[in-house]
Amino acid sequence: MSIFGEVPQAAPVAVFKLTADFREDQNPSKVNLGVGAYRTDECQPWVLPVVRKVEKMIADDHSLNHEYLPILGLPEFRSSASKIALGEDSPAIKDNRVGAVQCLGGTGALKIGAEFLRRWYNGTDNTKTPVYVSAPTWENHNAVFSNAGFEDIRPYKYWDAGKRGLDLEGFLGDLESAPDHSIFVLHACAHNPTGTDPTQDQWKKIADVMKRKSLFAFFDSAYQGFASGNLDKDAWAVRYFVSQGFELFCAQSFSKNFGLYNERVGNLTVVAKDQDNLNRALSQMEKIVRITWSNPPSQGARLVAITLNTPELFAEWKDNVKTMAERVLLMRAQLKEKLKALGTPGTWEHITEQIGMFSFTGLNPKQVEYLVKEKHVYQLVCEKKK
Amino acid sequence: MSARSVFDGAVFMPSQRKLLEDFKRDTHPDKVNLAGREYVGEHGHTTWLPLVRKIKQQIATDPTLTPEHPPILGIPEFTRRATELALGKDSPAIMESRVFGVQTVGCTGAVRLGAELLRSCYCSSSSWSGPILLSSPCDDSLAGTFKAAGIEDVQYYRYWDAESNGVCVENIVHDLENAPEQCVVVLFASGHRPTGAELSQEDWKRVAEVMVKRQLFPFFLIPAQGLCSGSLEQDAWPIRHCVSLGLELLCAQSFSHNFGLYGERVGHLLYVLKQNLLAVQSQAEKFVQTLWSCPPMEGARVVATVLSNPAHLVDWQESVKAIAERCMLIRERLRERLRLLGGPWHWDHIIKPGGLYCSFGLNTQQVEFLVQKKHIYLLPNGCLNVSAINSRNLDYVAESIHQALSSKL
Repeated sequence: MSIFGEVPQAAPVAVFKLTADFREDQNPSKVNLGVGAYRTDECQPWVLPVVRKVEKMIADDHSLNHEYLPILGLPEFRSSASKIALGEDSPAIKDNRVGAVQCLGGTGALKIGAEFLRRWYNGTDNTKTPVYVSAPTWENHNAVFSNAGFEDIRPYKYWDAGKRGLDLEGFLGDLESAPDHSIFVLHACAHNPTGTDPTQDQWKKIADVMKRKSLFAFFDSAYQGFASGNLDKDAWAVRYFVSQGFELFCAQSFSKNFGLYNERVGNLTVVAKDQDNLNRALSQMEKIVRITWSNPPSQGARLVAITLNTPELFAEWKDNVKTMAERVLLMRAQLKEKLKALGTPGTWEHITEQIGMFSFTGLNPKQVEYLVKEKHVYQLVCEKKK
Repeated sequence: MSARSVFDGAVFMPSQRKLLEDFKRDTHPDKVNLAGREYVGEHGHTTWLPLVRKIKQQIATDPTLTPEHPPILGIPEFTRRATELALGKDSPAIMESRVFGVQTVGCTGAVRLGAELLRSCYCSSSSWSGPILLSSPCDDSLAGTFKAAGIEDVQYYRYWDAESNGVCVENIVHDLENAPEQCVVVLFASGHRPTGAELSQEDWKRVAEVMVKRQLFPFFLIPAQGLCSGSLEQDAWPIRHCVSLGLELLCAQSFSHNFGLYGERVGHLLYVLKQNLLAVQSQAEKFVQTLWSCPPMEGARVVATVLSNPAHLVDWQESVKAIAERCMLIRERLRERLRLLGGPWHWDHIIKPGGLYCSFGLNTQQVEFLVQKKHIYLLPNGCLNVSAINSRNLDYVAESIHQALSSKL
């Protein structure tokens, strides 16, 4: 008898199952629109030219230190990554109240942030602090916070299926009725999976309520630069909150905008009221990292740090990002036109109104099933399409 | 907005890198850092093996490699080879399809993942909280890793014996005989930190016997396979022996030391089960998703490339042997220097175990003397990293240790 004899089978992760089914499909016209990675016009993954260049530089560099990275990560990565999120001349950075933890992708950043908040926010070890995630949201948000020990994870209204857009009234309503000090997971830009972001005015209203009720802003920023093609534009919401005096977390991922999905490059940017609070928080995060993965991996962080800190490479990277973002915008426009030209029933404005890699098409589960089974066009039942 | 910070409840935690930071600030010309975790070469710093450098360059220029998300459980070629390395290619457990592996973020990641799985699956419990037995002493983060996963009941079995300056198997056997049935026991095969002390094969046979008798579950840690004895097979013998006895087990492997890939965080968690493999595998996937989603590729790609190519494999085994032999040579030379300096002490315990770490049985005052007065940095319990001793500092280190023991401290 095995000690693990009673272990139940866990449900497969939807997006990976979709990809597995897609791989087995023999149909020559098959298309995979479910995977969360950028594809070229030839449906191939794209290694950014600047990444190829820097990879080679790293491999040829004989002076590199091969030791464990510091527990909190490569210092030049952390500081340059935070600057990307908050802006080079962010007053918070100038006040020395911004710090960061290099993490294993965006997931790792969420994990460390969640573990810290569970231990030290709103009391000590307060697992009952409500955590709000958007309805819908990235499928892993719930699991990360729940595994960190939070007992009360709730949805906040976000997507209005009727008008295929943001349900601002519902969102603000949920903010108002949330217990003070609740944690809200906000998507910095290119909301996953709806592709629908609040406008600047709408963000201001959101921030107002959050300030009044002392709600904690935990930004998830996985698509900076990728959504509009412009790094600063995509970071507007985070920077606005900082300018309003919020202390906040921003979990950054460099998977999409560097095409470094496989090297797990993430950064948890921490904005505190002052340097003293920042240092205490970081010291506790170091302890949390030590018992999770001990030290983060060096390859991806080195690559990003070199790119961000070298002017010509930085310019080249911004250009590569713009290329990706523009192709996505072009595809959206072309898809909308084609659907209109075909006389497809329904309205399709939302395809170009939404932003980023994903699009909520508004198809129902039966229509999605038809596409997968009959037309070999693979997409997720929550209607996320790339 | 409130004037108070939301972080004001966070208490300051002194850095665990304090010793390293002190060393960096120290301006004494003879300072020596013997407290590091990494293997350093004769030149005094870490380095890539030439083979590793070559493969990294190949990877960097390979146009067929794409930056896709790897599978949640890691690169299949890597997990397959890492499993074979630990268990042996013709392990009955592999033949019977009773094993699977997960690529993790270093050894710590493997331990954390194993802990998460035990907490949620062990003994049909969905919230198993222990007891788990660790060696006394052990790496300072180990208890914290298990507790973070929700396994609160952490206990210890005696490992290091100050009398004999080594590991005492009698104590271990006694403590395991008295451990609660079915508890999990963390066992160390090669590279025990912070003592460097190892069990012999005969000792392992006795330990395994008790494990079977009392239905204890082994969770092996093998941080430096190949670096202890110079032989990959010999260093993995304890695990293979337990498998041959029919035990189910977990094994956390690290490729940091034996590939010099410290920064790349290449780890592996091996599961050897009797049944229900797919269900346990699906649970592992679930946990990986909440920890790091999927593991980093670079380091694992290098390891997989080496382990799956016969010529590279031979090359790598030679490098591992060379490292083990250098460590052994340093130990012998240190013993000889100390012997020549005289005194009533015996130094055989320095050369008995192999590998990177060595415990001297120094007391707190003696260690403090070495750090403060001689600028020789070692761990508080007197453990030091032998690879950081070289022809330039050997005499100074030996004389200082001699002084620490001779002075009335």
